Amino acid sequence: MNEPQRYFLLFIGALLVYNILLVRFIALCSFFGVSNKVETSIGMSLAVIFVMAMASAVSWVVWNYLLLPLGVGEFLYIPAFILVIASLVQFEEMVIRKVSPTLFKAMGIYLPLITTNCAVLAAATEGAKKGFLKLNIPYHFSFPETIVYSLGVSMGYAVAIIMFAAIRERTDIAPVPGWLKGYPLSFITAALMSLAFMGFSGLFGL
Amino acid sequence: MNIDLTLVKYALMVMGGVGLALGILLGIASRVFHVEVDPRVEKITGLLPGANCGACGFPGCEGAAEAIVSGEAPATVCVAGGHEIAGHIAEVLGVEITEKAVPLKAWVCCGGGKGEVALRYIYDGEKDCQMAMQIGGGCLLCVYGCLGHETCVKSCPFGAIEMGEDKLPKIDWEQCRGCGVCVGACPRKIISLVPETSQVHVACSSLDKGKAIKEICEVGCIACKACEKVCEFEAIKVKNNIAVIDYAKCTNCGKCAEKCPSKCIVQRLITCVTT
Repeated sequence: MNEPQRYFLLFIGALLVYNILLVRFIALCSFFGVSNKVETSIGMSLAVIFVMAMASAVSWVVWNYLLLPLGVGEFLYIPAFILVIASLVQFEEMVIRKVSPTLFKAMGIYLPLITTNCAVLAAATEGAKKGFLKLNIPYHFSFPETIVYSLGVSMGYAVAIIMFAAIRERTDIAPVPGWLKGYPLSFITAALMSLAFMGFSGLFGL
Repeated sequence: MNIDLTLVKYALMVMGGVGLALGILLGIASRVFHVEVDPRVEKITGLLPGANCGACGFPGCEGAAEAIVSGEAPATVCVAGGHEIAGHIAEVLGVEITEKAVPLKAWVCCGGGKGEVALRYIYDGEKDCQMAMQIGGGCLLCVYGCLGHETCVKSCPFGAIEMGEDKLPKIDWEQCRGCGVCVGACPRKIISLVPETSQVHVACSSLDKGKAIKEICEVGCIACKACEKVCEFEAIKVKNNIAVIDYAKCTNCGKCAEKCPSKCIVQRLITCVTT
């Protein structure tokens, strides 16, 4: 497998075949929490894409140059990554606030939410640590591969949550029986979407 | 049990080191990327009602506060807050308010609704006027009247609207701040903003001809022009088969309300208590 092909497979695999929300069921809390409106879900996705790429990159460095050589990674990776992600989110919030007030308004309130988002931790862990992801390709990520992988994961998150929000906006005004209204219907919708995404399995031999 | 002390040492070093490094980074960043926020913005945000009704045209009360401080909007921009809050804001800014507008209140231009008008069919769907409108323009025989599914009640950010027993929304003028959210929410467009000082209102929105109205609603405006004739100030005119009051000319004498054969012109006796 040559290099460009590997990047492509990593990206598509993370985006569709192993979609973090609909196939692997990680970060379901935000999937149901901030999908009331397409607008808010777009803001959340932007923030996730941004934070996930940064967090994975920094986590990869921390893992490969600090945790792994010292031999403490096996039991310390979760607190270490959480520490990294939490401070990174704080840092990014400050930078965005200074650099681009418009962008801050668009995703400002969602940034703190992401601090403890499991999808970010999952992507960071999988990017750095061996043996979590069962992707059907040779597995030991280099730095650029980690970035590509985390971008794939976060865009998969964006695709899933924006589509879900669009459907929810429609079903909110649809005449459904009272006992299905709200979350029950949302869960059924999510299940059906998940089934549809399962159809991607086997794409490009992944 | 043997505990590998070097591992513990490394673990403490890693966590402590990473924590310290990130802490220093954050400390420096908070200095470098410090954003000056005008303290007046915070003060004014605190003064505003905080309902984020959007009547001022800015995104939420905080957006309005920013616009007021930057001079994009006058101190009186908050429709919902009225004089009192505008005064407080002017105090913060150190300016004086010159113009004094009469506060607006919402008025439902329908006196019939479900209690009066017969139904064309039984609507058994979602309790929402927007939805009800989509099925043949609503279940009422009158295509202008209130559908009574409480869309305005739900829309009001100040909780000023209640559904009355006659299936028409009742607007509490004590609570109403004139923000106009209900005006936009009503798919029939039968809620309008009127000056608080006004006491005579038309409680009908029908543009149907007199005969057509008479058949379906007893309290509809039949465009007989009796009000137009009796008014000494030319304040009420019949246009498009509906009486319209010009509040700038109206003196609240109430003669038109007396004369109106279908009693669709209403005179409120006490201010702040309304249909």
